[in-house]
Amino acid sequence: MTINAENLGKLKYFAGLEPGQLSNMTLLFTEKAFVKGQTIIAEDDVNEQVHFVSSGVVKIFKTSSEGKEQIIKLVRPGESFNDIPVFNQGPCPYSAQALGNAVIYRIDRKDLLPMMKSNWTVTANALAAVAEQSRLLLQLVEDLSFKNVTGRVAKILLQHSVPGPEGAPRLTQYEMAAMAGTAREVVGRSLKALEDGGAIRLEGHRMVIVDKEYLKQLAGLN
Amino acid sequence: MTIKPVFDETKCDGCGLCVTVCRCGALEMQNDVVKIIEVAHCGWCMDCELVCATGALQCPFEIVTLDT
Ligand code: SF4
Ligand code: SF4
Repeated sequence: MTINAENLGKLKYFAGLEPGQLSNMTLLFTEKAFVKGQTIIAEDDVNEQVHFVSSGVVKIFKTSSEGKEQIIKLVRPGESFNDIPVFNQGPCPYSAQALGNAVIYRIDRKDLLPMMKSNWTVTANALAAVAEQSRLLLQLVEDLSFKNVTGRVAKILLQHSVPGPEGAPRLTQYEMAAMAGTAREVVGRSLKALEDGGAIRLEGHRMVIVDKEYLKQLAGLN
Repeated sequence: MTIKPVFDETKCDGCGLCVTVCRCGALEMQNDVVKIIEVAHCGWCMDCELVCATGALQCPFEIVTLDT
């Protein structure tokens, strides 16, 4: 895939630009393909390029000192990442990994800033993209700090479990997230915590409740 | 019985992202439509569900208790 005006126009930052304007920009971008599982940027890397997903999906996440991972968001085709260090100059506050094979376009800060200065559409698009990311992060802060998501998930599991294995109700992580009033990424973290704490065991598509009393305690049902 | 994700063709927009992340070869794109193939081992990694923005692919859990 080459960087052509049409592919550039599919990126949110450059939506609304004329084909001629896009053509004039193509030389400022570099393209790189990443394979499934490859790290694109590691947390604390210093990198002054805004990254755009042209194809594939990129996982943005943070890792705790104990190695626990919290997905912050998925970046889908057309969206960007590593904008924060470009505008704010500092190390990247998260890691980015290709979930499947992905093609990434990149532009240097030194080329992007003059472009934004001369083109209000790009500036407005960039602001909208960064503002959207801030909104999402604030939502995540709210979910992680003010809601007892693990307790809510524990309650949902208790309410939806049967003495298995036949006829068990089936629930997706999205459904659990909707019930708990949070995002799927936060439910994923809670399930991992419950698994690490020995309350549940994941066996492929089956979730076995191992310690019902502990779940009840977390759910505030004791 | 082989367990595979649940697919709702009416919700699929053909973006193909699920196929790019699947690690067991269960998902294939055929004429812009996802086909789920029976494979011996889908590890239920749920990445296909994670990347699917339309909710066409779902990996539901069966929730069971150990005690009776
Ligand atoms: S759960 Fe994982 S391995 Fe199974 S079909 Fe989905 S992506 Fe493939
Ligand atoms: S990710 Fe979802 S919408 Fe996209 S091709 Fe797969 S099933 Fe269809």
